[in-house]
Amino acid sequence: MNDRHYAPHTDDEIREMLSETGIERIEDLFVTIPEELRARVFNVPPGMSEFETFERMKRIASDNSKEMLYFIGGGFYDHLIPAVVDHLAARSEFYTSYTPYQPECSQGTLQALFEYQTAICRLTGLDVSNASLYDGATACAEAALMAIRVTGRKKIIADGCLSPFSRMTVRSYLSNLDVELLELPPLDGLLNLEELERCLDGETAALIVQNPNFFGLIEDIAAIAEKVHAAGALLVASVYPLSLGILKSPGECGVDIAVGDGQSLGNPLGFGGPSFGFIAARKAFIRNLPGRIVGETADREGKRGFVLTLQAREQHIKREKATSNICSNQGLCALRALIFLSSIGKEGIARLASMNRDKAFHARELLSRIPGVTALESGQIFNEFTIALPVSADLVAASLLNRGIAAGLPLGRYYEGSENCMVVTVTEKRSRKEIELLALAIGEALQ
Amino acid sequence: MSFYFTKDHEWARVEEGRAVIGISRHAADELGDITFVDLPKEGKEVRQSDAIASIESVKAASDIYSPVSGKVIRVNEALEKMPELINENPEEAGWLVRIEMTDPDELQKLMTQAEYAEYLKKS
Amino acid sequence: MKLIYEKSVKGRCGVELPSSDVPKAPSLPGNLLRESAPDLPEISELDLVRHFTGLSRLNFSVDGNFYPLGSCTMKYNAKILENVAALFSTFHPVTALLPDGEKFCQGNLGLLYDLSQLLADITGMDEMTTTPMAGAHGELTGILMISAYHRKKGNRKRYVVVSDSSHGTNPASAAMAGYGIITVPTAPYGDMDMDLFRKAMNEDVAAVMMTCPNTLGLFNPHIREIADIAHSFDALMYYDGANLNAIMGKVRPGDIGFDVVHLNLHKTFGAPHGGGGPGAGPVGVKSELVPFLPLPRIVMNDEGEFEVQSENLESIGRVANFFGNFGVMVKAYAYITMLGREGLIKASELAVLNANYLKEKLKKYYELPYDLPCMHEFVFSASRQAANGVHAIDIAKFLIDRNFHPPTVYFPLVVREAIMIEPTESESKATLDAFVVAMAEAARIAERDPQALRDAPVSTPVGRLDETKCAREQKVCFTG
Repeated sequence: MNDRHYAPHTDDEIREMLSETGIERIEDLFVTIPEELRARVFNVPPGMSEFETFERMKRIASDNSKEMLYFIGGGFYDHLIPAVVDHLAARSEFYTSYTPYQPECSQGTLQALFEYQTAICRLTGLDVSNASLYDGATACAEAALMAIRVTGRKKIIADGCLSPFSRMTVRSYLSNLDVELLELPPLDGLLNLEELERCLDGETAALIVQNPNFFGLIEDIAAIAEKVHAAGALLVASVYPLSLGILKSPGECGVDIAVGDGQSLGNPLGFGGPSFGFIAARKAFIRNLPGRIVGETADREGKRGFVLTLQAREQHIKREKATSNICSNQGLCALRALIFLSSIGKEGIARLASMNRDKAFHARELLSRIPGVTALESGQIFNEFTIALPVSADLVAASLLNRGIAAGLPLGRYYEGSENCMVVTVTEKRSRKEIELLALAIGEALQ
Repeated sequence: MSFYFTKDHEWARVEEGRAVIGISRHAADELGDITFVDLPKEGKEVRQSDAIASIESVKAASDIYSPVSGKVIRVNEALEKMPELINENPEEAGWLVRIEMTDPDELQKLMTQAEYAEYLKKS
Repeated sequence: MKLIYEKSVKGRCGVELPSSDVPKAPSLPGNLLRESAPDLPEISELDLVRHFTGLSRLNFSVDGNFYPLGSCTMKYNAKILENVAALFSTFHPVTALLPDGEKFCQGNLGLLYDLSQLLADITGMDEMTTTPMAGAHGELTGILMISAYHRKKGNRKRYVVVSDSSHGTNPASAAMAGYGIITVPTAPYGDMDMDLFRKAMNEDVAAVMMTCPNTLGLFNPHIREIADIAHSFDALMYYDGANLNAIMGKVRPGDIGFDVVHLNLHKTFGAPHGGGGPGAGPVGVKSELVPFLPLPRIVMNDEGEFEVQSENLESIGRVANFFGNFGVMVKAYAYITMLGREGLIKASELAVLNANYLKEKLKKYYELPYDLPCMHEFVFSASRQAANGVHAIDIAKFLIDRNFHPPTVYFPLVVREAIMIEPTESESKATLDAFVVAMAEAARIAERDPQALRDAPVSTPVGRLDETKCAREQKVCFTG
């Protein structure tokens, strides 16, 4: 073994290149590094072949449990992925290219991202979208910063029904800034409109809500938007993109900035990543969007082409005055979303969204019939719902995990007084039989 | 009418006792095709050398520093739709803001047209 | 090529969806319902495949072209890494957050833990977080930890010091975390000016952010002194790991005075760039910063099992939804496992050899403002050609016609007409020699026929695009 993985030179070539460079030994290439700064320790184990590496990785993967029936969500969802998504995104012209800074040799990536931006605008009912962010949680944080830039105000209200993961991320992002962050306690699993009115003031830059919210309930976004706008603040909504197949779009409801996690659109669960975050907004805010944006233009002969545009907002030009520090996007994941959305199409997304709701509705009915179990029914649901158990939800969840069922996400850790509650998620992939099995298993665990 | 210039290539000239501010032909050419001008709000108080606006081209963003202290009383709203006015006519139609000066003597510390021409030649 | 929306035909269907096996739920009230389905493309599966296959062919890529993009480390992305990642793609992250859920994903948690240990060893740090999803995200995470450190000590710090040759992300990340920026100019010897640096330092400085080797490809011999000065003001040293590919096994940032390090797994550790992402930007810290690491943290208990720590009052909190870009980390882990100690060292050595070879072969054609032994990359200036009306961008576009992806141009900002070249260790001598021929040809044409370069590229699907028109019109969504 020569330990020269993926570095092609022969010994002869190395000698020749050294001599052309006027250097005797490889080690002499590093003469500019003072001796006292050299590494004394470097303990990485010896390498191995491709074959051995694969075997080793298979062994590591086998330390995860094989079969798990997912009734959990919390931001990531077990949805079907058409075969074309994997195959097309696996084209190495896509995945081994870089950020399309040189448009003439990157039209593939650029056009795909333009088409992606269009899909996000059409889903959200808003005018402009960037080329993607890291994930749904960071997208919430970026939207908060964007609202602060747009309004010049310094207070953010995060609704308590916004995912705790997103809320914690917003909190971290704002932690060292001169910005007030207020969290609004939920009422019956929904945003507390009266309390919101009390909190909104002339200093409020934005309210961040989630729809459907963390408890699975659908909020009255239009009513919320009215209150927020009356205070001169912006409404940021974190949305589940697949639900937009049937739910009224954020744009139609008066949302100013829509964000969310795009995982449900053709990206695998993958233990949490990579997926991507999306952000869309009204046209007037385009210059305050973070991250890359692709725009349409023409070449000297008038032929249509696409480029990264409004780059003067970005870190490589504006440095500390940039709208965000973000430099990469999650381009390949956004491409997967575009392929996914194109393959299921206009009618498909409506059908898929309805099917999710039907299955969750059916599951809620079955689980509600278990003695001692009640469902939170203070609002409409999409594909998640909250149930209250007669015992600790942690106990039930742990016992079902041992049977290979991830039955739901217990809320005790995130909401005080909710120790007996958990959120159950049912996607189109769960069959009627599997839903019945869940009901049976919960019933048995409660006995 | 006399123009006064800064080392950062802004100009000021006095009209009816107020200073009109813009960027020099040289600066406009250096920036290239201007795509966006971020202007201050009317009423903003500035001190000499404070950043009052920023100008973007495709590949660059530049801050514009006020040649004088005072209060912004008007901004050139035409630039919102037509930032190219700065490229076409930086010293007339491409003006940026009008400032009510608090210390008109500050103008005397700036370069005259002839001094600025000399300054450009040297740099 | 037509947009996919322009190929859409009403009523056409791509993939066949399963039918529902449960009763229909009662309809949602009208005020929550969308009036009509979102206007997504309606296209057959074959047409869809042709569309995206067609788009892919409009791209340059590492698999198709030499990609000497400075500061981006466009090395070969081994195919086995894709196979490996597929082994780990179906696990729900929330499982690990359920009561006792960790025991069902010991493989994943163990991989993250081991990767942290390996990266900590490579960088000389005490602990790592693998959550940040890109280099810039790592920077923000690192700066937030630095601010938490100062807050705990009661330090009132307001500024972060960067060099004018730094990546734009450095000042942008520090500003995003609430700091003012002090920028120190580069001296004629190619590094931060030491006198000006000393003048810039004071009690208000929270951190000094450095890239080493810097974006000129030079290793800063004063680095220890810079760290000592910074530490004397209780300012922490931040290492931007974008250029780590030059020094694996040679220098460990943690040994030379750095307190916080971020890495770019998609640059140094073989994971593909994906057309601009996903990346991964793990952050390593020295022990005094460990309490502030973001959540969730993966720790090993006394039985050797891996646990997820989701609460810790001193932590800066979450910086993302779950465990970061896990799939990218699987690839980086497999890459490090495969190359091993010697392989990583050789990768750095040959990356530096390739850069110096290109620099020597090309310096007679192009101005080399910092003519010093370089590390993994170096920066030319097209100033000679500019005198003849040919700019760095024209040379870049000409290279596209010769099937090479252009180097990074106009960065770093401290070099006029900058052409920044990073060949990586992956490229053969034959490829490098062919690139030399093309660069020499560009230099010759710049003298004889400058207009030819200004007209390049001529072989691409579109010619030079009007970016000004785009920025003024702002068509960022298809409205047809």
